Amino acid sequence: MAANTGMNLTLKIWRQKDAKSSGKMETYQVRDISDHMSFLEMMDVLNEQLIGEGKEPVAFDHDCREGICGMCSMYINGEAHGPDRGVTTCQLHMRKFKDGDTIYIEPWRATAFPVVKDLVVDRSSFDRVMNAGGFVSVNTSGNAQDANAIPIPKEDADKAFDAATCIGCGACVATCKNASAMLFVSAKVSQLSLLPQGQVEAKDRVQKMVDQMDKEGFGNCTNTGACEVECPKGISLDNIARMNSEYLKASTK
Amino acid sequence: MSNSALSKSSVGRKVLMALSGFFLLVFLLQHCTINLLSIISKDLFNEISHFMGTNPVVQIFLQPVLIFGFIFHLGMGIYLEINNKKARNVKYAMNKSAVNSTWMSRNMVITGIMIFLFLGLHFYDFWIPEITTKLVQQDWSGLDASGEFRYWAEVNHKFHDPVRVGIYCLAFVFLALHLLHGFQSAFQSVGFRHRRYTPLIKKLGNIYAILIPALFVVIALAHHFCCCSAASCAP
Repeated sequence: MAANTGMNLTLKIWRQKDAKSSGKMETYQVRDISDHMSFLEMMDVLNEQLIGEGKEPVAFDHDCREGICGMCSMYINGEAHGPDRGVTTCQLHMRKFKDGDTIYIEPWRATAFPVVKDLVVDRSSFDRVMNAGGFVSVNTSGNAQDANAIPIPKEDADKAFDAATCIGCGACVATCKNASAMLFVSAKVSQLSLLPQGQVEAKDRVQKMVDQMDKEGFGNCTNTGACEVECPKGISLDNIARMNSEYLKASTK
Repeated sequence: MSNSALSKSSVGRKVLMALSGFFLLVFLLQHCTINLLSIISKDLFNEISHFMGTNPVVQIFLQPVLIFGFIFHLGMGIYLEINNKKARNVKYAMNKSAVNSTWMSRNMVITGIMIFLFLGLHFYDFWIPEITTKLVQQDWSGLDASGEFRYWAEVNHKFHDPVRVGIYCLAFVFLALHLLHGFQSAFQSVGFRHRRYTPLIKKLGNIYAILIPALFVVIALAHHFCCCSAASCAP
């Protein structure tokens, strides 16, 4: 194992007591940070330091810490999930930084993602979009046939799988200059509409999910492509085009 | 089903933006082609200008549609921009948007407004005098005092002023920046994205975005430097 590089870092972190309070950036120093640490482990070190000093630790979302749950939402040095590509914050390693760096750490910024505390945001707007139509209304109790009994083109299966890898972290919203949720919603629309079981309700689904997305206050997509670049799961802009096309067909039926 | 009307949803609005954009792309190509004739053949330019200026289909139907299409594109663009600003009520202390998107894609409203401001000058230069001649003076002949077509001479005269030529050329730079994102973005907005054709569309868009404004610049400079008003110098 390599020796501890012992990075000393300056952290500028958004602190906000609760949803109603106004927050501000505060500065902290952390010392002897190993480049083998994940970003969240570095945050753990900071919090232990703060607790030791009798101060309030920084609140941040995290759960699986292996890039699956999509909870760790941090805007690090001006990028969703930090400077690395195809990773969540928990998969970002401190080797991406160097001794003496100043790191800006902010919550996702979107009207539809209100800050709950410090770096924690409320992403229940995504849940409401899913509740509006992100499901298949099929009664499968007791009479579901084997999924393999329905032939599905490999290309469609692959596209549906790729869309389904969206973990709903919200990096697309956070990074979009318009705080648009089109990449998330289009991935969820695509993963269902590409498969036979989901095609039955495809028209209603796309309209209901887009309507809910608009009600939540997300911005309009202007095709900058930033969401695709910053998405930790590499969700493609193909999904947005597919959703646009499906919405257009559904609206003119 | 609620709110399914195209004009009321975010997806519908971007489709309408794209459709009006396609319309303006076609218009721009037509405008550039006719203008190009002004540095190739004075007579042909005069004849086509007279046809466009007096044809009832163009004047009564296409011209209002064009003006509506442009105002719609601009108005909807500004409306969406205002909505988009509301979607992020607190800005980031640090935001490196340049690492994941182009300047053109992030600043369509700025380049669009610059084009709009230029069109104010363009209308002042050409459209308002044309409308005044036809509708106020009721002169639809297209002829000047010497009995010749006036169109080419009017265009040429406008480009004698180096400041005006400079403003026009600057506006064409903004037009190129707008088109560099707008062309391919319009296809994405209407849902056309294909593994094979999308890369071609992006290349075609880049060619269109550079070539058309460049030709407009060439036309303006040609009138300024090469084509004087004297009949012997005219093409």
